[in-house]
Amino acid sequence: MKQGTFVSKLFSRATLRGIFAIALFIVIWEAGARSEQWFGFRMPFLGLVPPPTDVAVSWAGLLGDAGYWQSWYMSFLRVFGGFLAAMLIGIPLGLFMAVNKTFYGIYFPTFEIMRPIPPLAWVPASIIFWPTQELSIAFVTFLGAFYTIVINVLGGARSINKQFLQAAQSMGASQWDIFRRIVLPATLPSIVVGSAVGMGITWEVVVAAEMISGGGGSGGASGGLGFFIWSSYVGGSYEQIVVGMISIGIAGYFSSEILRQLGGLLTPWLKTR
Amino acid sequence: MSIVLDKPDTAGGERGPELSSLGLTMYRFSAWLKSPRPYLMLIGFAIVLGFWYLAVEVLQLPRFESMPGLTEVFREWFSKDPIYGLSIYTPEYYTHIGISLRRIAYAFLLATVLGVPLGLFLGWSKTFREFVFPLFEVLRPIPILAWVPLAIIMFSGSESPVIFLTFLASFFATTLNTMLGVESIDESYSRAASCLGASRWQVFKHVVIPGAMPYIFTGLQISIGVAWFSLVAGEMVSGQFGLGYLINTSYMMIEYPKIIIGMITLGIVGFATSAMVRAAGDYMMQWRVRELALVD
Amino acid sequence: MSAEMNQDTIADVTKVDVTKAAVTKGAIKIDDVVKIYDPNGAAVMAVDHCSIDIPAGEICMIVGPSGCGKTTLLNAIAGFHDITSGSIHLDGELLCGPEKPQAEPGSDRIVVFQNGALFPWKTNLENVAFGPMMAGKLGKKEIYDKARAMMADAGLSGTENNYPGEVSSGLRRRVEIVRALMNDPKVLLFDEPYRALDSLTKSVMHEALLEIYYRNKVTIFFITHDLEEAIFLGHRLIIMSSRPCKPKKIVEVDIPHPRDYSVLTSQRFREIMGEAKGVVHEEAQKAFAAGEREG
Repeated sequence: MKQGTFVSKLFSRATLRGIFAIALFIVIWEAGARSEQWFGFRMPFLGLVPPPTDVAVSWAGLLGDAGYWQSWYMSFLRVFGGFLAAMLIGIPLGLFMAVNKTFYGIYFPTFEIMRPIPPLAWVPASIIFWPTQELSIAFVTFLGAFYTIVINVLGGARSINKQFLQAAQSMGASQWDIFRRIVLPATLPSIVVGSAVGMGITWEVVVAAEMISGGGGSGGASGGLGFFIWSSYVGGSYEQIVVGMISIGIAGYFSSEILRQLGGLLTPWLKTR
Repeated sequence: MSIVLDKPDTAGGERGPELSSLGLTMYRFSAWLKSPRPYLMLIGFAIVLGFWYLAVEVLQLPRFESMPGLTEVFREWFSKDPIYGLSIYTPEYYTHIGISLRRIAYAFLLATVLGVPLGLFLGWSKTFREFVFPLFEVLRPIPILAWVPLAIIMFSGSESPVIFLTFLASFFATTLNTMLGVESIDESYSRAASCLGASRWQVFKHVVIPGAMPYIFTGLQISIGVAWFSLVAGEMVSGQFGLGYLINTSYMMIEYPKIIIGMITLGIVGFATSAMVRAAGDYMMQWRVRELALVD
Repeated sequence: MSAEMNQDTIADVTKVDVTKAAVTKGAIKIDDVVKIYDPNGAAVMAVDHCSIDIPAGEICMIVGPSGCGKTTLLNAIAGFHDITSGSIHLDGELLCGPEKPQAEPGSDRIVVFQNGALFPWKTNLENVAFGPMMAGKLGKKEIYDKARAMMADAGLSGTENNYPGEVSSGLRRRVEIVRALMNDPKVLLFDEPYRALDSLTKSVMHEALLEIYYRNKVTIFFITHDLEEAIFLGHRLIIMSSRPCKPKKIVEVDIPHPRDYSVLTSQRFREIMGEAKGVVHEEAQKAFAAGEREG
């Protein structure tokens, strides 16, 4: 029964339509990229892009390449580091702002004024300040996720149903109990959402920071996927640019997906029946 | 209709003199001044600026000493004769702002013009969604910045790649939120409309578009934010002029105060543009503004 | 925010003919309708061989526990979804049946929704004018004049330029009914419209609804789980069994119209209440035991 629904879902009309559209996209891309050799004229924009078949060949060649996987590893490490720091600082900060009015009044306006400055604008200042490039990338990465996480945690904690707090109080809960058993779990869904969004931004920032700063100074394989793309561009191997893009897409997707799954485990009461 | 009915229900109808928006703003402002908020805010600013000043220029803490200091930055920014050639009195400053703004305007408008209708159709037509949305979802996880080299290859010159990147970021945000907006509309609205004799197209015009409006404007808020995000990155990597370019070149030329001026300016301009989007949203959704005003 | 009706108006109403016989349109014939949902392979029967005959001009109250499938029946009449078998006729014309499983939604049958479906982005007046504007047969000015007049008749003057979000929920329901009446419908389909209102507002709404009914002569198909509401408003109660939904008992309410709230304390009202209560309670218990979700 369960298998039957899975198979029927796999071959449902919606799935087939999606596959069809993606296949069509790839065919157009291939035709566009090869338009010069196939049709004798170069299609605008697409004519300058490497065709998907070349990308696949290039990718297959890279699969055994240690440097390519090293790039994955480096990017993951940076994303993970910056993201973890943003969670460790952002969640308590957001919660504290939600429960303490004075602190909120002092800090929130400053926070709001700093927030419109895009994280990447911090790159040069960060490089000047931090002793190593690795730390400066980590800082910018941290900033990217930080704002989103704080805003979500704050919003979540402030929108808690007051009756939950009153109910807990009437049952004799202490302030700490209320924080731990009401505020924290009630904010969890917002923390999960904020983290998922923050994770997406983290990947954006890591990629950009790797490109701008030239991949942690030493360059080469330790540069991460962003630098992999950039050096492919500088080196003129355009297929590898696309391989890099797809790799980052996959990496970003899986990071968010893992986060969503973890979030689901942490908030079982949100599961719909 | 032969019956003379009861007198108008004025109790429900009249809600006192209409508050003008200016009057409301003035009232809120004075209430704000009476609350502790503005003073706490000033304390917050004082702490940050004071820390900056002390750490860099007075105490010269390790690592901080190499940063541009508070007075140094502001002296440069408001100087008629700036040391590094950039202040509110130099035309160069406004060239950078103007060029960044122009890029944002092109990208944001294009993304809105294409993204909103696409999002509306994605939400409205299930068939269309089933075809197009998977492709959308496959492309979306690729960070916008990863498109930089490809954008440079595809578009000639230095201007269009940057605009393309900015557009792409805005476009995804706008389309996705518009689609979510359509999906969020309570089914009973479209049912009510079809009950009242509206055709499918009329339902689209009178229910789907206005119903999705709050989400669309949330999307546009996000869109303008990510537009600045991508623009700065694009300008730092490639491109001529613009605030991102200013920040990056100032770093390379070791003109550090200009970096901070660029950052602060970005913050101000970014905030102003998103305030403009919000104001446009309020203007177009009077019904929502009035509803929310009652909740306050 | 009060929406009380003037006591004089109730007296006024006696001047008009309030018998069902005066109404010639809006007879609904539900014949052996079955509706089976099949969401993930597991068939769920929502409506089980249900036949109901509603003469033109009747206020027919469909009473049953929450989630018993009453709304399914209403949606089938309104044309929001199809039926599995059986047929529904309106004034002898087929709405849906074997060859045509889903009725076309149309302005001859207008639904007043559970949570209200006034468009929040249109003013009350624009909402009321919506139906005729869509039909496009009359000019804009004509439509708006009529809408203003209808709103004034229903005691809604002064709220024309408010958005629905700015007025009380009781007032919103009245605007919604006026919006429906603008289209001169044959049938009004009420889907527990007063469910979210408090009992005081509710009683005001009931009198207002009766008044509108006396003046407009439509057939009313009214879903509720509130027995007091059902007996106060209805000519007839059709008590439904819990899922699958099927008429279980029909109770005639022989209290003469026009009615006002003094009816509630009358001997006859209590007798009918006693007659219906047992059946309804039994079904509610069944539904409760089955653990069905509200809504």
